[in-house]
Amino acid sequence: MAVLLDKNTRLLVQGLTGREGTFHGKQAAAYGTNVVGGTSPGKGGTTHEGFPIFNTVAEARERTGANASVIFVPPPFAADAIMEAADAGIEVVVCITEGIPVVDMLKVMAFLDSHSLTRLVGPNCPGIISPGKGKAGIIPHNIVREGRIGIVSKSGTLTYEAIHQLSKVGMGQTTCIGIGGDPLIGTSHIDALELFANDPDTEAVIMIGEIGGTAEQDAAEYIRTDFSKTKKPVVGFIAGQTAPPGRRMGHAGAIIAGGQGTAKEKMEALSDAGVHVVKSPADMGAKMKEVLGR
Amino acid sequence: MAGPNPKILPVKIHEYQAKSVLARFGVPVPRGEVAFSAAEAGEIARRLGGDLSVVKAQIHAGGRGKGGGVKIAKSPAEAEELAKHMIGMTLVTHQTGPEGRKVGRVLIEEGLQIERELYLSVLVDRGAACPVIIASAAGGMDIEEVAAKEPEKILREYVDRGAGVVPFQARKLAFGMGLPGAVANKFVKLLDAIYRAFLETDASMIEINPLILTKGGDLLALDAKVTFDDNALYRHPDLRDFRDITEEDPLEVEASKFSLNYIRLDGNIGCMVNGAGLAMATMDIIKLAGGEPANFLDVGGGANAEQIKNAFRILMMDKNVKAVLINIFGGILRCDVLAAGVIAAVTDLGVPVPIVVRMEGTNVEEGKRMLKESGLKFATADSMGEAADKVVSLAKQGS
Repeated sequence: MAVLLDKNTRLLVQGLTGREGTFHGKQAAAYGTNVVGGTSPGKGGTTHEGFPIFNTVAEARERTGANASVIFVPPPFAADAIMEAADAGIEVVVCITEGIPVVDMLKVMAFLDSHSLTRLVGPNCPGIISPGKGKAGIIPHNIVREGRIGIVSKSGTLTYEAIHQLSKVGMGQTTCIGIGGDPLIGTSHIDALELFANDPDTEAVIMIGEIGGTAEQDAAEYIRTDFSKTKKPVVGFIAGQTAPPGRRMGHAGAIIAGGQGTAKEKMEALSDAGVHVVKSPADMGAKMKEVLGR
Repeated sequence: MAGPNPKILPVKIHEYQAKSVLARFGVPVPRGEVAFSAAEAGEIARRLGGDLSVVKAQIHAGGRGKGGGVKIAKSPAEAEELAKHMIGMTLVTHQTGPEGRKVGRVLIEEGLQIERELYLSVLVDRGAACPVIIASAAGGMDIEEVAAKEPEKILREYVDRGAGVVPFQARKLAFGMGLPGAVANKFVKLLDAIYRAFLETDASMIEINPLILTKGGDLLALDAKVTFDDNALYRHPDLRDFRDITEEDPLEVEASKFSLNYIRLDGNIGCMVNGAGLAMATMDIIKLAGGEPANFLDVGGGANAEQIKNAFRILMMDKNVKAVLINIFGGILRCDVLAAGVIAAVTDLGVPVPIVVRMEGTNVEEGKRMLKESGLKFATADSMGEAADKVVSLAKQGS
């Protein structure tokens, strides 16, 4: 098993006709994902790279049975695209787009409150990959391998790093979830951990966080009180141990504000909750191997 | 690309600019104008009338009062004299760092009779995923200190994303701060105006500290700090005029022209990385290996050869840099594109310091082959740990 995305996934690509949508739509299909089509308002009825194109998500869902979508539309239109997918009843919506204004995301969060069947992953994330089953997003599939480790991460390339380290020491993954580095995101560390807790095939989790906000501390509390009952070990890394306060480190959410959200406090909270926290990003794979006694 | 990329501009503005934005939405602010010279300051003080005026240094950092950047003048002539001293001075506050900031402009405002100092701010609470209004009767002080020492003095109202700020919430805050009934009604209007300003300008934070109650019973924003969501700047072209380039690091300004996310730091190892998380992690691992990063640089997911070249040029403009670590995990950014950019940059710019390249991911074999066949001297590494050890030892040899 995997979480969020498996062989039953019928993936729609919103913004399929754009440069990124085209490239990653084809990549996903090449990896074996069932890509059922794309949307591009005004180009409905045509085909693009062999995929049928629809004007609206509702029509695409009706005609293709799409149950997941991945969004590659520019930031001014991305909030609209997320809400359209939710309105059409798409169950898993993965938004790759970086740079969505916070005010737009406030509207999205309110909209999703009343569309509770939809789970949003992202925005500003690399998406999801379930090795051997499929992917929705931009995670390079040549580095993954099938296995039993779940990954949840705020960072794109650092997720690749974790995957690569695991694969190199012979440990595969069930599902890798990039949740994104924005201040407002659809799926939190806790949400992802809950999914892994309930997935019998996931035996351990790598959790990657970064400076800013308190999501990692909240996750630490959840791990201490609930997740720990699963006995599934968690290896953790927090990026930004050397980040100066008050500066936004690339991601919109990665900022130490008013002394809050430092890597130190997050690492301590996770350690206290029993997470195996590594100081060096190079040690994630090796630590997992050690923890599982392989 | 022409001009700086608005998306990654630092979007801090001066106090007088923040007040002009708030005034547009009907938030009461003291009468005043900005001056770039002592003579202008004197004129403004005379125009404001009355004897008392306040001269406030305009820099992008807080704590100005303690550093000598806020002075009261008892006459327009004194305002001119104070401005003469202040413009051109280097102001050091707890937020500027020891090097301080040079003052280029001052705000001249009317003097007011203050009855009480309050605190008010609006920002988005990430955990609750909604805006939150924070208010306190303990205004005029460092709010983080108040929160730490007297948390009961901090009032919060979470804003429903559909309903916005409802007047009862404003009344709760007003009465919670001990404001009398007539003033509470003024506070309802003021908060409504501030919340509209927050949403309509795509602000990340509006902070009024202090919000004052005058002896005459009026509420005014005596100080104001507004920061904007840079992701939304595309729909606020007017805000671009607020940029004060003298407040920014020249290398960061240069990087912003090429959509590069660059933050200058104190160390001597230049880093070029794709992805913000990996860029932070690369800084972390350099430090763990005993070195000091010279910068944070995220070239982004879709960088092209031209951007890579410019990134290199900017890294080398920092004369502290003794070695460079390139750490790329190719996803959208392919390793062969990176290699082409690096080879072009090193060939054109004649980079004089050792370079360690570590890459993985999409088209990595092609990228490695290109680096090898270029005839240029690159040290390569197969893991982040190895790369960090190599670059730290090379930087030590070079310094």
